[in-house]
Amino acid sequence: MLSVRNVEKSYGRGGLFSERKQSVLKGVSFECASGECLGIIGESGSGKSTLGRLILGLEKPDGGEVLFGGEPVGSPKRTAGSLSAVFQDYGSSINPFFTVEEAIAEPMAGGGFGGGKKRREDIDRLLLQVGLNASYRSKYPHELSGGEAQRVCIARAVSTRPRCILLDEAVSSLDVSVQIQVLRLLKELKSSLNMSYIFITHDIQAAAYLCDRIIIFREGRIEETMAVEHLKDVQSAYARKLLDALITF
Amino acid sequence: MNILEVEHLKVWEAGSGKSIVHESSFDVRAGRCLAIVGESGSGKSVTCRSIVRLNKSSLRQSGAIRFKGEDLNALPFKALRNKRGRQICMILQNGMSAFDPSCAVGVHLRETLKRHYGWGRGEIEARMISAMESVRLKNPLDVMNSYPYQLSGGMLQRVMIALALALEPDLVIADEPTTALDTLSQFEVVEQLIGLRERLGGSMIFVSHDLGVVRRIADDVLVMKNGEIVERGGVSSVFEQARHPYTQYLISTRSELGAGFKTLMKGGVSDAQR
Repeated sequence: MLSVRNVEKSYGRGGLFSERKQSVLKGVSFECASGECLGIIGESGSGKSTLGRLILGLEKPDGGEVLFGGEPVGSPKRTAGSLSAVFQDYGSSINPFFTVEEAIAEPMAGGGFGGGKKRREDIDRLLLQVGLNASYRSKYPHELSGGEAQRVCIARAVSTRPRCILLDEAVSSLDVSVQIQVLRLLKELKSSLNMSYIFITHDIQAAAYLCDRIIIFREGRIEETMAVEHLKDVQSAYARKLLDALITF
Repeated sequence: MNILEVEHLKVWEAGSGKSIVHESSFDVRAGRCLAIVGESGSGKSVTCRSIVRLNKSSLRQSGAIRFKGEDLNALPFKALRNKRGRQICMILQNGMSAFDPSCAVGVHLRETLKRHYGWGRGEIEARMISAMESVRLKNPLDVMNSYPYQLSGGMLQRVMIALALALEPDLVIADEPTTALDTLSQFEVVEQLIGLRERLGGSMIFVSHDLGVVRRIADDVLVMKNGEIVERGGVSSVFEQARHPYTQYLISTRSELGAGFKTLMKGGVSDAQR
């Protein structure tokens, strides 16, 4: 469904008129099937968030292409709302002047989702789906805790019934006890709504909890790809190092 | 012997009178590491900062904080300032905001060491280089000449640890030092913190919400919820026989997060045996 083909990206470095470029992504290719949960694991600075922005069509690749359902992302032909995102910084992801209801309704305003009474019912259902009750509708973002705000972001992401959600460090800044609640929620939603996830994170444990397939990402390249059941038999020295460095409980 | 005794510490908002930490009492024994765990908003960072009176001016505190028998809460500001850094050193969560963004990291380090020890430029440089090498920072001189934005979070965290090594404090307060880091840097920083304790033989307060890291580094643990200490004791006894439902909840959620990974890895062991 999603296919990333030989994508390259570099940013200018060292001032406005400098010719120096830093290459962030170096020929990345992978596919994500419908209904699959794909984890992308890498250190900070490995280029995994840049890859996320390219997948969403927020930035254009310098080389290669990102296809979603056969169409390049960011093209007008792409069905609006079929690709959603949840980001790490829940504090700045919701417009502070919007209530929870307005925030969730915003992407639905694109059309095709009905209005008035149906819209309100939809929002109640979405809130219920992410484990919040209808009393949250009139709250503002600053009244929410981190976990609640992230649930609202998830409700907003699923409001347009997307086929794929990109989660960029979506649980990393939450408390461990809240992380597990959000991960459980994501697992439930995935089975009930039949979506794919692209789960970008540095936390192997969270990825192992949620994902079917894992890509280990390093310095703009794919180091290794494996099904989650084969996580123990990683080949590359870097992946081994990552697993050994993990502090378990 | 207790190096730090906190009695009836209360922290509240001056404007609204809302209580943030209510009547906490705890001790840190010499040479031991005390971990404070809890979810965000439980008051663990505020507790830490109130020890050196670094809370925002809108917060008020009362109670006795005896450091080596001296009440820090009653100390005049100047006398307290001489203790901060030299005797009680803090390692903060966010390296980017802990250092002055407008000057090179080395300027900050030099200023701190000069203020406390009055060393000359050459001596400071020599000591910082050896401290930085011991936390495995390559090219210490380059690091000192770079600005905070040029260094990664893990590197800044290690610079803070190196500074703590050079200051040789009696008590180190580490406030979520590993939370903002990725797996590899987290591992390195935890290793360096353990090394720091071994080298200084000093005491430490370690704040975290990750029980895995706490188990690795701490001797004793305090569990905080909504500004109250709900459970305390040795790390193994608290984690193995948690009495308070909140502690049990923290432990069960942490185990659930790691469980999937652990079973996957265990499968690896049995495969290898086959």
